[in-house]
Amino acid sequence: MIRFEQVSKTYPGGQQALRQVNFHIAPGEMAFLTGHSGAGKSTLLKLISIMERPTVGRVMINGHDLNRIRRQQIPFIRRDIGMIFQSHQLLMDKSVFDNVALPLIIEGYSHKEVSKRVSAVLDRVGLSDKSRCLPIALSGGEQQRVGIARAVVNKPPLLLADEPTGNLDPKLSLEIIRLFEDFNQAGVAVLIATHDLGLIARMKYRTLTLKKGQMITDGLTEDWPGDDDESAI
Amino acid sequence: MSLLFKGRSQGAERTGISLPQRLVMFFISHVRQALASLGELWRNPAASMMTIAVLGLSITLPSTLYILLKNTERVSAGWDQASEITLFLHRDTQAGDIQQLQTRLKLWPEVESVVHIDKAQAMEEFQQLSGFGEALSYLDNNPLPDVLLVTPTSKHTSPTAAGLLLDKLRKEREVEVGQLDIQWLERLHGLVGIAKELVSVVALLLFLAVVLIIGNTIRLNILNKRDEILVMKLVGATDAFIQRPFLYTGFWYGLLGGLLAWVTVALLLWWMGDSISKVTQLYQTQFKVDGLHGQALLLMLGLSILLGLAGSLLSVHKHIRAIEPK
Repeated sequence: MIRFEQVSKTYPGGQQALRQVNFHIAPGEMAFLTGHSGAGKSTLLKLISIMERPTVGRVMINGHDLNRIRRQQIPFIRRDIGMIFQSHQLLMDKSVFDNVALPLIIEGYSHKEVSKRVSAVLDRVGLSDKSRCLPIALSGGEQQRVGIARAVVNKPPLLLADEPTGNLDPKLSLEIIRLFEDFNQAGVAVLIATHDLGLIARMKYRTLTLKKGQMITDGLTEDWPGDDDESAI
Repeated sequence: MSLLFKGRSQGAERTGISLPQRLVMFFISHVRQALASLGELWRNPAASMMTIAVLGLSITLPSTLYILLKNTERVSAGWDQASEITLFLHRDTQAGDIQQLQTRLKLWPEVESVVHIDKAQAMEEFQQLSGFGEALSYLDNNPLPDVLLVTPTSKHTSPTAAGLLLDKLRKEREVEVGQLDIQWLERLHGLVGIAKELVSVVALLLFLAVVLIIGNTIRLNILNKRDEILVMKLVGATDAFIQRPFLYTGFWYGLLGGLLAWVTVALLLWWMGDSISKVTQLYQTQFKVDGLHGQALLLMLGLSILLGLAGSLLSVHKHIRAIEPK
């Protein structure tokens, strides 16, 4: 589904965010991406959603080289990728319903279809009674769930989450991760970037670890180096 | 169709909606966005009104000048035929000679009629109309000459034919000065021509200013909505989709500005109506100022909308592209 081949990214000014990163995530797989802040997690996700372009190497989604995607095609690529952000990126002056409906309206769904799908997805994330609220009236966990609903409302085959549990307490974090597991079981590939090591430790998923732009481990949580090595990361 | 995933269709394609229905939906979504833009203007009445006023008043000036020009042309359109030749006779010409000249001229094939205004009569008229009134009665003798008004036959009213006739008349012994009433008309046409060019230049400059002002207003709108645009780009909105509401805003600015200009022009003409009718009464003509109607009005509204759209297009093209999620 997602394949990185010798990908390096150097920002203007010489800061090297990623160095020769290789990995592959299979369709329908769920994986965590971890590492300290500044290790290159966000850059890696940005390369997948074409917010940034690699300096060297290739990023492939489903066999398509993203380097070949022209500027005008980027919006259509993003419609295939559900993205979730730590800062939620919600429209604060629009209701929960309108926020979740945005991707569908952009794609030109009919009014009827939009309300059907939005109701279904809000029901799934447990916010059906909040659809008329403004995001500001919701708690942090609820706002994150609105973001997740918006990401999955057009049923993308791929979900990217950048620190989705960043500001949440452990119980809420687990709820959010359970939501991702639900979608993953429905066949969606999920890649979650987080530095919440405690959360990852409780899961049995593949974990990719970045350190100073390099991929240092790639394996199941059980093989994960654990606390001893944390100081070395 | 999705670019990355075969068999995953995006949006409306998936639900198997027919082409006509999709067209209807496209139309509906446009109407919805247009109304949303109008609503946006309505929610910020002060800012919107200022922009609309700038646009409206900028269009009012050239429109008013255009109307005045058009009416001047309409008035003078009936005048490009030489209707009269004025002959000022030598001061010392005797009444009998004048009589003879008059009968002689009447026999010319080019001449339709000859009217004699004798100097006493002319003086009396001058006293009434000039406003010098009493002052003129202090003059020892009448300084005005006798005047013959020669009307050419219809065959000889064209400027060149009338010019030839004038030359012939000037050769008459009694005639001191001969004047064709077409000369001042040619001068008038010349002046109107200059005025026309001036109006075009003024209009061009004002229109340019309007485009820049609208462009700047839309630029501020775009920057105000920066966060919203970022989110829309993140969930896969094309530039075309994002810029549509801003283009509609430009359209509404144009339309409302044009309507404002129409109202302002009508008010101006009504305000000036009295003084215009005083002038036309002096010329003893039945004359009504033609306002903005039909084609001219449509043209003005169209132009105004075009300016609004051009301004927003200018801005949208540049600034929406520049906002990219980082």
